[in-house]
Amino acid sequence: MLTADQKKELEATIQQFVGKPIGPAATSRDAVNEAMILQWCDAMGDTNPVYQDRAVAEKSVHGGIVAPPMMLDAWTMQGWDMHKGYDEPTNEEQRLHKILTDAGYTGVLGTNTEQEFDRYLRIGDEVTAETIIEGISEEKATGAGIGYFITTKTTFSDAAGAQVGWMNFRVLKFIPKEAPQAASDSGGGAAEAYVPARIKPPMGHDNAWWWNEVAAGRITVQRCKGCQQLRHPPRPMCPGCRSMEWDSIEISGRGTLHTFTVIHYPQFPGYEFPICAALVDLEEGVRMVSDVMDCKPEDLKIGMKLKAYIHEDDDGFKLPLFRPSE
Amino acid sequence: MPTTLKDEAAIAGIGQTKYSKNSGASELALACEAVSNAIDDAGIEANEVDGLVTFLMDSSDEVEVARTVGLGDLNLLSRVAYGGGAAVPLVHQAAMAVATGVCKNVVVYRALNGRSGQRMGQGVSGDIITADLIHWSWYMPFGMLTPASWIAFAATRYMHQYGTSEDSFAHVAVSTRKHAVNNPNAAFFEQPLSFEDYYASKPICTPLRLYDCCQETDGGCALLITTPERARDLKQKPALIRGVSQASFDGQEQMTSFYRDELSGLPEMERAAAIVYEQSGLGPEDIDASILYDAFTPEVVMQVESFGFCKKGEGGDFVKDGNLEIGGRLPNNTHGGLLSESYIHGVNNIAEGARLIRGDSFNQPQKCDHVLVSSGVGVPTGALILGQA
Ligand SMILES: [Zn+2]
Repeated sequence: MLTADQKKELEATIQQFVGKPIGPAATSRDAVNEAMILQWCDAMGDTNPVYQDRAVAEKSVHGGIVAPPMMLDAWTMQGWDMHKGYDEPTNEEQRLHKILTDAGYTGVLGTNTEQEFDRYLRIGDEVTAETIIEGISEEKATGAGIGYFITTKTTFSDAAGAQVGWMNFRVLKFIPKEAPQAASDSGGGAAEAYVPARIKPPMGHDNAWWWNEVAAGRITVQRCKGCQQLRHPPRPMCPGCRSMEWDSIEISGRGTLHTFTVIHYPQFPGYEFPICAALVDLEEGVRMVSDVMDCKPEDLKIGMKLKAYIHEDDDGFKLPLFRPSE
Repeated sequence: MPTTLKDEAAIAGIGQTKYSKNSGASELALACEAVSNAIDDAGIEANEVDGLVTFLMDSSDEVEVARTVGLGDLNLLSRVAYGGGAAVPLVHQAAMAVATGVCKNVVVYRALNGRSGQRMGQGVSGDIITADLIHWSWYMPFGMLTPASWIAFAATRYMHQYGTSEDSFAHVAVSTRKHAVNNPNAAFFEQPLSFEDYYASKPICTPLRLYDCCQETDGGCALLITTPERARDLKQKPALIRGVSQASFDGQEQMTSFYRDELSGLPEMERAAAIVYEQSGLGPEDIDASILYDAFTPEVVMQVESFGFCKKGEGGDFVKDGNLEIGGRLPNNTHGGLLSESYIHGVNNIAEGARLIRGDSFNQPQKCDHVLVSSGVGVPTGALILGQA
């Protein structure tokens, strides 16, 4: 762990990278060509003929084969040489990563990317990419561990110098929560194997028992021993009779959807998006927040019947979720 | 000793910094610049300030601000909790202090690097287990990590209850932007928003799209509050506080009052409204313009009902009929609001309320005798009615 002073120094050092180009502009090794497009389409399972069938493409609005827009950053990728820079940095981005790796932030995780396209690339286009380090977040506690989000912005232009698109790419450089396996065990890149997970509840006097019940396979709600009133989320005193004595009952799991939202953004690591978040009216008369699984967002309807079940994440964390039911 | 806060205090100074996405300055620097500007705007000496009130969330301590700006001795150092719900209650604290003679001149402030620094809705973490942390933990594991997701529960329910469509939210976004277009301090100065832009914006948490959500801002804003007698002798035309309140309601939680019978109203805002109407002896018919807290567009639709500008369930139609625009029944967020001016947590909204009374808004309605200002939605909040001296 770093001391407060060391951390301050580290942050001052890394913040100096913000706004810097990572290096000279990179030009595509090969001009946009059919062979690479075909390989990309094969790998992605993209069967759109405008990318691969000359006859069809010529009759289309494009008048010939165009590259899939999503390939934008593929043209200027460095190839196998890319791997070299991690121990011996060859550009500013790698230097930044190395500084963080050396400070214990050994994990790296691509979190999200945004692209915008100005035009389709055509066969023969030469693409040039200029990348700057656009921003570094303050330190964040994430499901994967504590780390910094680093955003790079790449602007792509054609031979005439006109912009054809841009891309933001964000990675999390983090201290893995659990010690990663030695790199030699997994053939390198041990940190990549770390899977981020959802945010866990803190376990305090007033709530740990509830999560422990879930972990033991029971979904419960708190019940006042003084007046039998049910309450959720749990609290240490009954607002009805002010008794601090309580027990709990196991719920049937049956309920109806009171309200919901489909969460698309921002996409935090450790969750699968979109999320159908739900407020459920339990049969017992209290409400519970959870997610509806196995349901298309467009099929969510207020009043629909739901049934609870206990889900276990890959890391062993258990939580109650709901599914549509008859 | 006054038994009501009616006309016992006035906003006599407004101070703000540049609003930006990357201030390049510390939050303390922003706070001090805003406080200093409020003092200069009022035309008093720094050592005449004897009270400071800010948000619990603010990172600039009262004593740090006092020492940096050179304020000297203070009689009131106070904080208000609950995020944007604190904005009007800052004025409530200040008004109580000057009305009772505890203070002569109170500055309230809020400064944040809301974009370049600690952003909202980035999850909650910490090692010390508090009731607050446990509260959020009933939502975080399920992916409900942002204010947008919490407010969306109420918006979905509201739409279901009253058959309101997203067109109403679109009207709030578009009409608010129209005002920002004329405000050089606004993030969206000279950048209009069309209905097409609105509908094309990406979904955040249904029914909320990108343009239903306010932005993130770096900046600071401060207000100087003093007695009406004193305010009369200062540089600016005072905005008299006709009524000011703080209110929570039974079953209140911080953003997650999901366990009340009804989710389609804002009972804490209705209480805040009832208190200021009673204090001031005014009603919705007396209000010429409003600054309704607009972190998310559905909040405006729900608040026009809370404050009695229309009946329950009719807010969706009210906002679609052009009522929120200049020349409409209730010109609203004439600076561009949190949606399109800046997100200084609602203190910038109070500043605009005072400007409307001065006649200084970039979108000044003709008649502006009484302006209503609200603060944060879904939390303990407050309401303020400003009037002419
Ligand atoms: Zn009880």
